Amino acid sequence: MRITLNGADVECDAPTITLLLGDVPIGCAVAVNHEVVPRSVHHTHPVNDGDTVEVVAAVAGG
Amino acid sequence: MSRLVIAGEVLESRLFLGTGGLPRPDLVRPVLEAARPALVTVSMRRASGSAPAGLLGILRDIGARVLPNTAGCLSAGEALHTARLAREALGTSWVKLEVVRDERTLLPDAVELLDAAATLVTEGFTVLPYAPADPVLACRLVDVGCAAVMPLGSPIGSGLGVLDPHAIEAVVAAVDVPVVLDAGIGTASDAALAMELGCAAVLAASAVTRAEDPVGMARALRLAVEAGWIARRSGRIPRRAEARSASPLTGRVS
Repeated sequence: MRITLNGADVECDAPTITLLLGDVPIGCAVAVNHEVVPRSVHHTHPVNDGDTVEVVAAVAGG
Repeated sequence: MSRLVIAGEVLESRLFLGTGGLPRPDLVRPVLEAARPALVTVSMRRASGSAPAGLLGILRDIGARVLPNTAGCLSAGEALHTARLAREALGTSWVKLEVVRDERTLLPDAVELLDAAATLVTEGFTVLPYAPADPVLACRLVDVGCAAVMPLGSPIGSGLGVLDPHAIEAVVAAVDVPVVLDAGIGTASDAALAMELGCAAVLAASAVTRAEDPVGMARALRLAVEAGWIARRSGRIPRRAEARSASPLTGRVS
């Protein structure tokens, strides 16, 4: 299937967030189709063809 | 120095710091140690593969709370999404709410800001909005439940200081939540002035991170915030048009 990961078009076959991204460290968060996916359900949250996945991290800012 | 309380939380310093813009990452720790800020702002950006553990670890070490911002958001919707991501990423419901109109002026969009603030408060966020120095809008922001208001002294990153001291004083007089001077600080005297005008705290970023000596400026701002706070509580003398000698006028040698 094809998904959009942080703006890039990528081919993947991972059925869940955890299998797609691994363990997401503290300071990072994941949204699928513009909805935040809590860390506690990454291992069950499905990744579907056409999904838009965003992974963000806290960085130094003003 | 009596302690600052925002949303029931005691903060150990009246200086908040942003660390974006430092020329080298190894300056983060010495800058934070010199500034000793109560809150340190961070931004949420697409992960580039490097873990953010370094910065968060330093914040833990120095006892500063992390304050995620919504910098770069141009609409209430973007700001809401960013705030929700930040809460998930960092486990804090505090947010420095920024919604700007365009990337040239970086001035707050009051309409989008108020809209986003109201929604975030209903979702349980502690909202600290970056706002125009407008006492009417400040009241509106408090009405919807903001825990503080953060009027700008001058545009973000400009270093122009507090361009309209009367407006800042008007915001301080208008609301009963802490007022945090945000944006425009260029050097220590700007921070001291903000505190003398009645602000409860000052947030600085570029003033420190883009200074020739960021560690020196971090320390200077810490001292200036403390000096301004003490001066505010010590009652400055009234301004007068004419001189008034501090030496006795009687018994002079003639």
